[in-house]
Amino acid sequence: MEHHNPLEQFAIQRIVPLHIGGIDVSITNSTVFMVLAIALITLFLTLAMRSGSLVPTRWQSMAELSYEFIGNMIRENVGNEGRRYFPFIFSLFMFVLFCNLLGLIPYSFTVTSHIIVTFALAAVVFIGVTIIGFIRNGAGFLRLFVPSGVPIFLLPLIIVIEFLSYLTRPISLSVRLFANMMAGHTVLAVFGGFVVALGILAGWMPLAFIVAMIGLELIIAILQAYVFAILTCIYLNDAFHVHH
Amino acid sequence: MDAAAAKLIGAGLATIALAGVGVGIGQIFGSFVSGALRNPAAAPKVFGNVLLGFALTEAVALYALVIAMLLLFVF
Repeated sequence: MEHHNPLEQFAIQRIVPLHIGGIDVSITNSTVFMVLAIALITLFLTLAMRSGSLVPTRWQSMAELSYEFIGNMIRENVGNEGRRYFPFIFSLFMFVLFCNLLGLIPYSFTVTSHIIVTFALAAVVFIGVTIIGFIRNGAGFLRLFVPSGVPIFLLPLIIVIEFLSYLTRPISLSVRLFANMMAGHTVLAVFGGFVVALGILAGWMPLAFIVAMIGLELIIAILQAYVFAILTCIYLNDAFHVHH
Repeated sequence: MDAAAAKLIGAGLATIALAGVGVGIGQIFGSFVSGALRNPAAAPKVFGNVLLGFALTEAVALYALVIAMLLLFVF
């Protein structure tokens, strides 16, 4: 029997090899799906809002719902000052959401199942929040590492812990998304292998599990985009309201 | 013990983290259900937080998975 590796689906293939100045900038399946995600988002938002009527159509209310969802998230977690970062968080949410959802289509590629992609997104958030924090609060941003109401003899320890937990933010943010996507797709592939191995007689059992699993994966795909966006909001809130 | 065996044992040990995650997820939904039965009107408001807590807890399980995968395939 032919043996399929469940991790094979994450392989990056060069579609159009390109080298510019010794740097590999080939167009890969990852690139194609990123571009596809952005094209779909643009298409979805522009086509849905084309009519722009007062009584929304079904597509228009979907676009408005996603807009309001992120708008409320920022208002509740960051406050009014956070509204100017709405475009960034909205784009981040939509990009992660569409990449996750596109990955659920069989034989497609999940961009967010690669840690370098999620880490790049998380690093942008981390560096951006740090810069915004220092611009808005100056050196006062360092108060983030000094929680109020801590006994003075515990402070040296607490500051080190707070600083380390701040530094691990991009890692936990990126690994959370990457691991969720990778684990889900690996489980699906492993059980897909069971279906083939068990044949027609017993193969329906893992197949039923896969159907249930796809439902869970759909929830996770949406939930992880939500978690990514809301944690970005929470980090941004630290930059605006430093006192712990 | 040779390195290959130690690798497999280490990957297996990494899954112990699932015990804590199981307790955590049970705690989240158990508290939600008992809270929702006491005050059903407030249940929809906190459901978003429940899902957030679930996703954050589940991520801990996946960190363990990442460690197991690193042990198995990288070293």
